[in-house]
Amino acid sequence: MDLFLLILLVFMIIGSVIAIETKNLLSSVISVGVVGFSLSIMFLMLGAPDIAITQMVVEILILVILIRATITTDNTAIERHADTFSVISSLIFFGLFLIFAFLAVHELRPFGEPLMRVSKTYLATSAEKTGATNVVTGILLDFRAYDTIGEATVLFTSVVGAFVILRRRGRKHKRESDTEKVGILEDADIKKDFKGF
Amino acid sequence: MVLYFLSLVLFVMGLYCLVAKKNIVKKIIGITIIEYSINLFLILIGYRRGGVAPILMKDMSVAELVERGVDPLPQALVLTSIVIGLGVLALMVGVCLRLYEKYKTFDMSEINRLRG
Repeated sequence: MDLFLLILLVFMIIGSVIAIETKNLLSSVISVGVVGFSLSIMFLMLGAPDIAITQMVVEILILVILIRATITTDNTAIERHADTFSVISSLIFFGLFLIFAFLAVHELRPFGEPLMRVSKTYLATSAEKTGATNVVTGILLDFRAYDTIGEATVLFTSVVGAFVILRRRGRKHKRESDTEKVGILEDADIKKDFKGF
Repeated sequence: MVLYFLSLVLFVMGLYCLVAKKNIVKKIIGITIIEYSINLFLILIGYRRGGVAPILMKDMSVAELVERGVDPLPQALVLTSIVIGLGVLALMVGVCLRLYEKYKTFDMSEINRLRG
């Protein structure tokens, strides 16, 4: 079990190395797909079938969106290298980060023995209090429903933002109507008027 | 321990991609990898050895579920986080396409006339 998880995680790391370092953007996006789908299998192994299903669906949508971003553009590969100073300094700082992470991981509880003080209450009372046999659903829609309202708000905001950024019709129309109907003075007109004074 | 550390390695690789790469799509890919690694880390913390999914089956009593089920709280929060990640990614790709329409490039160092 642990070995299988380890192999999948190493596979994910290899996939993300390819995604980061390859020149062609389309193959980079496909490699991100590899990482996401193996993440879905890992969720399934870790006893989280709901998240595995959600991750699968979201991963397909992410692939569609990213391929839309890359496939319609012409020059997807950038020939210029990043400057060596930023690469080297970021590598040094991330090495330091990994050292501290290695020290900090030892302070956590060991893998496989979580400290479930709140969650035991959820597991015990979900069926009788909320009527949901799936405890994750009970938490999402009943115990922590305000959290889900916040999620819906964030999702709505981001979708509205994407629509506002990507829409094409409104802006041109507005500019024409501004100059024609309201009659804003051009710069030359204003200067002429001031000369008259 | 090794699994925790490897998921943090994945996080650092996404951060490197976000900081050191010039291409905007590469930066978006870095943010996606960071999201994956953090979700995986939270789920790994909630795993219990030999645990079952937190679903009450027909042939299972509540006491047995408390005894064997994995932690459901990180799962609920990660479920929220995954969906929010999708919305944020759509927003980022929208900005990215609009930038490409205006500047005809994805290169970050070419896009330096950000005065509106």
